[in-house]
Amino acid sequence: MWTWFYKLASPPYVYGVAGAFAPWLLGSAVLALGYGLIAGLAIAPPDYQQGDAFRMIYVHVPSAILSLTVYTVMAAASAVALIWRIKVGHAVAAASAPIGASFTLAALVTGSLWGRPMWGTYWAWDPRLTSELILLFLYVGVMSLRSAFEDPARGDRAAALLAIVGVVNVPIVHFSVVWWNSLHQGATVVKLGAPSMPGSMLWPLLAMWLGFMCFYGAVLCLRLQGELLNRERQAVWVREAIKS
Amino acid sequence: MSSGFWSMGGYARYVWPCFGFAGVVLGWNLWSARRALRAARVRAGRALSMALAESDAR
Repeated sequence: MWTWFYKLASPPYVYGVAGAFAPWLLGSAVLALGYGLIAGLAIAPPDYQQGDAFRMIYVHVPSAILSLTVYTVMAAASAVALIWRIKVGHAVAAASAPIGASFTLAALVTGSLWGRPMWGTYWAWDPRLTSELILLFLYVGVMSLRSAFEDPARGDRAAALLAIVGVVNVPIVHFSVVWWNSLHQGATVVKLGAPSMPGSMLWPLLAMWLGFMCFYGAVLCLRLQGELLNRERQAVWVREAIKS
Repeated sequence: MSSGFWSMGGYARYVWPCFGFAGVVLGWNLWSARRALRAARVRAGRALSMALAESDAR
């Protein structure tokens, strides 16, 4: 187990693994998203209350779950980088931040488009919406802080600290619909007990979720390769990787 | 495709922009990640050729 962990601290090893995994993850994402889109848009029946508007769930929920997952990955990678001084951790965090920010924006925009016909408004200062907006600000803060220092190592440390402190917002986003009165509906899939959806609606959602996760994995691999090349530009392994 | 599919039961003006925006986000992520990797390879290549030129000069 520890041998595997130590290998993950090696930039050339991680660069190679990321390059090998990216096409497979992207292929899996295309397949899962293809099935999810066809089944979600054309096969799943309309909801008995929301009609066809419910189909927005197939992009809104995976985007929202990814916004929280990516932040958790970013905070965990930052903690690994700070505790064990593993540079790859900073690279993973830096590669994850723009991906997470874009999916948080997607969750907010798609949620807002869903909110208009269901709640009668694009935006409300609701606990779930507000905490998700704070998540977007945290992503932007982490990215800004990283690039605000002339010394990249100091920028990495400052961004890592903010990412770790900000992770407290992740359970707040998830449980906001339980802890406070909210316009937003409660958990449908990610909850204790069985999902409150029939299979014909649930399977496309799970496929879209898997597709978004695989897509994140693929894009993370590509961005991580770029980060490692930038950070290790003078290293011998980079010269060999570029030559080959 | 039937017109019922495109009209999405009267919710087309919300459903299609929603899927469209998600598509734009997915597309941007892939495009920007590939662009960043290409740029990093170019920068690393430049650093390599500078290092080779320096060692030749010596």
